[in-house]
Amino acid sequence: MKQSITLGKVTKFMGLGFLTTLKDLFTGKLEKEDFVKFLRKVVVPLASILLFIGIWHSGAKVLYNREADFKIEKALADQGPEAAEALKACIASGDISCQPNTLPAPSQVWESYKSLLRDHNIISADKAAFKEKTAALNAKRIAEGKEPIVYTGRPSFIDQIVMSLKTVFAGFLLALIIAIPIGILIGLSPTLKSAFNWFIQIFKPVSPVVWYLLVFMIVKTILIDSSDDSSFTISFISVGLCSMWATLVNTAMGVSSVDKDYINVAKVLKLGPFQKVFKVILPSSLPLIFTGLKITLSVAWMVLIAIELLAQSPGLGLFVWEEFQNGANDSNSKIIVAMFVIGIIGFLLDRLMLTIQNAVSFNKNEGL
Amino acid sequence: MAYLELNNIYKSYGQGENTTEVLNNINLTIEEGEFVAIVGFTGSGKTTLVNLINGLLEPTSGEVLFKGEPVNGTSHERGVIFQNYSLLPWLTVGQNIYMAVKEVFPKKSKKELNDLVKEYVEMVGLSHAINKRPKELSGGMRQRVAVARALAMKPEMIIMDEPLGALDALTRGNLQDEILNIWGKDKRTALLITNDVDEGIYMADRIIPLKPGPRATLGPEFKIDIERPRDKTELNDNPNFKETRNAIIEYLMDIGNERKSEAVEVFELPELEPKSFVGRFK
Repeated sequence: MKQSITLGKVTKFMGLGFLTTLKDLFTGKLEKEDFVKFLRKVVVPLASILLFIGIWHSGAKVLYNREADFKIEKALADQGPEAAEALKACIASGDISCQPNTLPAPSQVWESYKSLLRDHNIISADKAAFKEKTAALNAKRIAEGKEPIVYTGRPSFIDQIVMSLKTVFAGFLLALIIAIPIGILIGLSPTLKSAFNWFIQIFKPVSPVVWYLLVFMIVKTILIDSSDDSSFTISFISVGLCSMWATLVNTAMGVSSVDKDYINVAKVLKLGPFQKVFKVILPSSLPLIFTGLKITLSVAWMVLIAIELLAQSPGLGLFVWEEFQNGANDSNSKIIVAMFVIGIIGFLLDRLMLTIQNAVSFNKNEGL
Repeated sequence: MAYLELNNIYKSYGQGENTTEVLNNINLTIEEGEFVAIVGFTGSGKTTLVNLINGLLEPTSGEVLFKGEPVNGTSHERGVIFQNYSLLPWLTVGQNIYMAVKEVFPKKSKKELNDLVKEYVEMVGLSHAINKRPKELSGGMRQRVAVARALAMKPEMIIMDEPLGALDALTRGNLQDEILNIWGKDKRTALLITNDVDEGIYMADRIIPLKPGPRATLGPEFKIDIERPRDKTELNDNPNFKETRNAIIEYLMDIGNERKSEAVEVFELPELEPKSFVGRFK
């Protein structure tokens, strides 16, 4: 029997069940008894989003007024009533040169988002033009065995998102390569477990900042001859080392706690040690391994921002830090845009892993 | 020489004060081609006994002899049908059986092995489900896969640990017949562990009750002199059946009561009086 794949199944599998409800709403398939479900799944979340924006808007307004009042009072005390009046008029006119610097309102954040997109379009056009201009020269340089000239302009916001994703996936891959084999070995052998346990317990809670410094010390010396920028290498290694612990611990736990019934099956069938590991122990610990990988990916994404910021490696973390240092009138709203982008990407990564995890997991009682 | 021999088996778990004595003084001989059933209450050590025979466990003292040789680990000669089907949930029905036969017949070609898998899947009537995973099957179907897996390995002796315990009465009856058919076809030796006296009488040549643990031991054996093939509906009217059944149940009831009367423990309650709060909140 072939199972048909419908939108409903796919979205439910990915944990995005509300999409089906939305689709049913527009195609008019919604039954009356589904109305409560519709209310709960669509209307309530939408209402809570609106409420959130409302609170944000009024909160930002309160903060704005407080900051403005303080500024005017300060001007009054320092420079006299004329300056205070001038400042008051300036703030009221909306001139960007004298706006209070505080939490931006939702509308400002939306404007910044659009301006970041415009900025991206300008930079991409610039890049394309540069590529066209240097195409002939680069071809010549490559033919001569020289390095081609690359675009060294400022990266756009989108470029930085892509860079961050690259860093996080490189770090995730590193975590996967280190943690899974070690986890399997530790899970299989109690001797190795007691040999490594202190190591895991001590290094697991170490903060991302310290990991970064440690990696920096080592990589800096290893790459001492290289003239290339090592910030990417340092940041992805730090991300990997920081985030691998969940996978390591979960893999070890999964491997060491395989159901006794499966082990008995392996014994009765007289599977060799290699077969036993690959045909019984690993498949049965896959669900736990993937739970670990899911945690690893979300931790990687979370620490990435801090590490990029420290490593000065291009990406969202550096973007946030530079905007903060920049202090332009729209810096704060750009930081909030970055915050939402980070959150949404984190959510999508989590759903991606959840989907994979659902695909490989099985109920423990299914075969028993 | 007996086919399978258990001599003075004693089995305990743990050490020192935490020792749990499960089996004590177990003596059993099974001849080749015989169908023996062991009946006992849940928790009386049946599974431990089975695991000693199939080689998953070693006795603390005493010996298990299989064809005169001491049992040392599991063997393909003794096929096991587990109480909980123990299928690997990430493999399909076919793959579960294929994995087993591949280990037993490493020299056979892929096609031969696949044919063997198909043959046994068909035997238990699951050809339509060969590519399904255990989670898509009902309990009865899963148990049939487990039966097919054990039998496809062509063991000389089949050891069944309450194989039908979790099934409904109808499926149970069908599977009993299937197992009997296969056993009858090439007269393998079979050991059935069960908690159902009727099942034991219907299937076995001999029934041996297991006195419940701790320190469980085997009771007197009951021979079943009913001609094969046995018919379930006629069995109810068979005087021999009734007699044996009553005798076994009576025996089991007696040892059950014995256990209860042994287990009288007096809990002394401390003398307490409810505290009186009357008049305290005035």
